Amino acid sequence: MTPTRKRRLMLVAGLVAGVGLATTLALRAFQENMLYFYSPTEFVEIDVPAERTLRIGGLVADGSVQRESGSMTVEFLVTDHAYSVPVRYTGVLPDLFREGQGVVARGRLGEGGLFLADNIMAKHDENYMPPEVAQALEAGKMRAIERAAEQAEAARATGNGSAGGYYGGGYQP
Amino acid sequence: MWIWFHKLGSPPHFYRTAGRLVPWFGIPALLLLVAGTVGGLAIAPPDYQQGDGFRIIYVHVPSAYISMFGYVAMAVAAAVGLIWRMKVAFAFAAACAPVGAAFTFLALATGSIWGKPMWGVWWDWDGRMTSVLVLFFLYVGVMALRSAFDDASKGDRAAALLAIVGVVNIPIIKFSVDWWNTLHQPATIAKLSAPSITMDMLVWLLAMVVGYTLFFAAVVTMRLRGEVLLRERGARWIRELNAHA
Repeated sequence: MTPTRKRRLMLVAGLVAGVGLATTLALRAFQENMLYFYSPTEFVEIDVPAERTLRIGGLVADGSVQRESGSMTVEFLVTDHAYSVPVRYTGVLPDLFREGQGVVARGRLGEGGLFLADNIMAKHDENYMPPEVAQALEAGKMRAIERAAEQAEAARATGNGSAGGYYGGGYQP
Repeated sequence: MWIWFHKLGSPPHFYRTAGRLVPWFGIPALLLLVAGTVGGLAIAPPDYQQGDGFRIIYVHVPSAYISMFGYVAMAVAAAVGLIWRMKVAFAFAAACAPVGAAFTFLALATGSIWGKPMWGVWWDWDGRMTSVLVLFFLYVGVMALRSAFDDASKGDRAAALLAIVGVVNIPIIKFSVDWWNTLHQPATIAKLSAPSITMDMLVWLLAMVVGYTLFFAAVVTMRLRGEVLLRERGARWIRELNAHA
């Protein structure tokens, strides 16, 4: 390689390294400002200014969806299993919206900690499978839970019989 | 050992070789695209969550992959052109840009069409969508910069620099879904663990990805021949070519 080419190669390598470093630093510096959505924990722990539009994201808590009869208004909890934020929304929900599903709500903090959403987006995961496979997986999970419960039951029956036996019996899914 | 590399740098030799390569890319591309389309739309089972709506994956994922693959190919060619002052490399970078931009647009458009029914929005400014939009603007910028110079070789070098600088966006696109909270879900296939998609869906997707890659290669090669003719206009070998034709 001629000296000129070597110098140009160094120049190109230096350019990529320099721009890469600058971008990395910039992205790290702006990490917080680039937050697309807050998790319920972050939302609860930071002081969110009222009237500021932001997004919160998490799972729609099981059993929390309540529809107001005669209107398009719905209320539910967005949770990350540590904290939950009550959300109120009026409008059409995306097809994938359901309990247990990931969701991103855009809106602002209203009175009493209620999040007033003007837009609800449903997240879906990166898994793709036919319905039968999904059902088989679900059935398998249920069987595993049952088996674990049976084993715990058996362990309790044949166990040391101590008064604390019940302690180990409960299955935590 | 480097003879083939130097020969590639010779426009007349390159023009002939490229012409012979086109059908070798084009025909398998066509077969794979037909197989992947039929398989993806008719044979693959519907998704457990998204039903038949998920089938747009067979266009969206290969387009998005080519948008990044094409950019890296363009940037590598641009670097080779800058370092070795190789005319064919600059021509290759120039040939890649519009094709890559078209696939980036296709990825954005199909993503948007997919987003509306599943997410509930056509567009939102999350890390993945924003960084892919930046990729589209980079392609457009590279094309605009090249044509902004009256002196073609200066335009080539300026566009090459921009193309190389823009490479930093590629890892940002790839890892945006891991680094930040995004609306877009994380990777299904291109990750260290096993793909999160069943085999009867995956095979058609892989056929499409390989088919898109070969299609990209065929189109870029065809464009590249045109680019070489344009850049060598007035050269003796082209006059001889015309005399034979």
